[in-house]
Amino acid sequence: MNEITVTSADAFDIRDWLRLDLMPHFMCPGCGHGIALRALLWACHELGIKKDKLAIVSGIGCSGRTGAYIDANTFHTTHGRPLAFATGLKLARPDLTVIVISGDGDSLAIGGNHMIHACRRNLDMTLMLLNNEVYGMTGGQVSPTTSAERFTTTTPAGNVEPVFDACKLAEGAGATFAGREATLQTPALKDLLKAAISHKGFSVAEVISDCTEIFGRKNAMGNSAEMVLRQKHAMIPERSPDDRVPEPFKPNPFPTGVFVDQQRPEYGELYDQVRKRARERSK
Amino acid sequence: MSNPTNIQGNAAAAAGAIAAGCRFYAGYPITPSSEIAEQMAARLPKAGGTFIQMEDELGSMAATVGASLGGVKAMTATSGPGFSLKQENLGYAAMTETPCVIVNVMRGGPSTGLPTRPAQADIMQARWGTHGDHPIIVLAPHTVREIYEETIRAFNLAEALRTPVVVLYDETIGHLVETVTLKEPEEIITRKWAEGPREDYLPYAAGADMIPAFPRPGDGYRTHTTGLTHDERGFPTQDPEKVAAFMERLLGKLETHRDLIEKNELVETDGADVLIVAIGTPARAAKSAIRELRDEGIRAGLFRPVTLWPFPEEALKAAAKGKRAVLVPEMNAGQMILEVERVLAGEAPVTGLNVFNGEPITPAQIAAAVKELAK
Repeated sequence: MNEITVTSADAFDIRDWLRLDLMPHFMCPGCGHGIALRALLWACHELGIKKDKLAIVSGIGCSGRTGAYIDANTFHTTHGRPLAFATGLKLARPDLTVIVISGDGDSLAIGGNHMIHACRRNLDMTLMLLNNEVYGMTGGQVSPTTSAERFTTTTPAGNVEPVFDACKLAEGAGATFAGREATLQTPALKDLLKAAISHKGFSVAEVISDCTEIFGRKNAMGNSAEMVLRQKHAMIPERSPDDRVPEPFKPNPFPTGVFVDQQRPEYGELYDQVRKRARERSK
Repeated sequence: MSNPTNIQGNAAAAAGAIAAGCRFYAGYPITPSSEIAEQMAARLPKAGGTFIQMEDELGSMAATVGASLGGVKAMTATSGPGFSLKQENLGYAAMTETPCVIVNVMRGGPSTGLPTRPAQADIMQARWGTHGDHPIIVLAPHTVREIYEETIRAFNLAEALRTPVVVLYDETIGHLVETVTLKEPEEIITRKWAEGPREDYLPYAAGADMIPAFPRPGDGYRTHTTGLTHDERGFPTQDPEKVAAFMERLLGKLETHRDLIEKNELVETDGADVLIVAIGTPARAAKSAIRELRDEGIRAGLFRPVTLWPFPEEALKAAAKGKRAVLVPEMNAGQMILEVERVLAGEAPVTGLNVFNGEPITPAQIAAAVKELAK
């Protein structure tokens, strides 16, 4: 008979990773960001990342405040700029595991330029992009990922702007890893984040997260459980036919899975070559 | 580096940064400061450091602060429009007390203005450019050698006092080539690192020197850094008492270290009838004018703040004592004069000489203005 022994050292206990003295946290009831945070820390645990060597860089908004709860080196920077701060930090300190926590407004609107160039540059760090379709912290304004016809405080007659696809943007800008998961299935989200963090180069992990209190309420999307189930119906698992998506959710389906996973020389390693060449030339 | 060498002002800024221990530079091309980036791109990798050209000015300031948060001495350089964009994350550096150096090579403004012509119209922006009350040090070199030396001093002050430091000079000096002996720095200061057990460490608690010890990521302190107003633990607070205590320390720390920060040059001020107060190119012109005037029997002296901000109030008062008149020549519509008038209120009449046509102020212009005042 085979015995399976699970030692306590192997078990993931989120309390080992949180600044418990900051509890209760600031997130609204039903917010998906806590689930994403759990998945991220679970991924870090399984990858054996040391908290002392983990740097979390975040921007402004609900996503930006999420990093503060992690018992690591945490940097809450300015709106849209966490990828640029992280670029400096990672280049200065390649020994750190650098993870950026950002949102749809932070990375796709005010910080869009930094995102596309981070994808192009391929420095070894991970972007966890929490996409909840709205500017929650400022009271519920339209964001670049707000679905068509949705009501927000700045689209009182419904949103008429098209939606930004973060993963397609990442792919187009040259990202070597891009994938999407939803807070509905934490283990799959954890696996996506593990793959993203393990990836050598810049990786984008988009997380479909729910804003129940502000976005959901404004659009009569039901309670948090109903909103999470909505993800299930809108989700298109990778390589599954589109016709499996139920009709009511056809307008805004989101594919999940890993869309890009390729190898390209990593920026930090390339810059090592620059240093080597510069020294050889000056000899 | 002991032999005299012909070097451009902007190249001297790069040389000074490397000599001071700068090992990270993030920049974005902009005239008339681009030579600093080009020099750093060539010099830093040789020194084992990192140069990166970022996607924009905002990102280059962010990456500079990000590198310094990692514990590496970092710099960026820019000009006019770029300096406006840098203000966002310059404020973050001031708020989080992250050492960094920003060189601003002043060109004509506003907006795109005169990209290749000199001006001094960023004097007030250098002090008040980012929103909110904040500490900042601004150094104003007037020769190529001084750009080298003041860039080294900028790093020392940034590290010692955990503050952003701006090196501010006009295009004329940035593009000037002079024969200079670049001496190795006599002193290199590196920030005070956090030491001792994590349990006892408060990242924003400070002793009498008002400067908290810096937590180097990886050393086990696992602190939080935020642009939100924070308490001694580093976490956001809106408690009025804690907010007031934090702001008083943040704004008071430079005043506490004024002896370290302040630096002025006085030229023939004793016995002068007219005192000229100037920085940068007008200060160079003033020195020539003083010699010419002396030959004509007119006694003028120069008070030159090398540290422009915080403004040298007491030293200026002392230098202006008993003077018949004070002249403030500036390549702008009148910025430093506001500070001179404030400091010397009622003690001596203050007159401005303002040139903002994209040309440097000449010794003849200053001499003529002094003659009027000496009548």
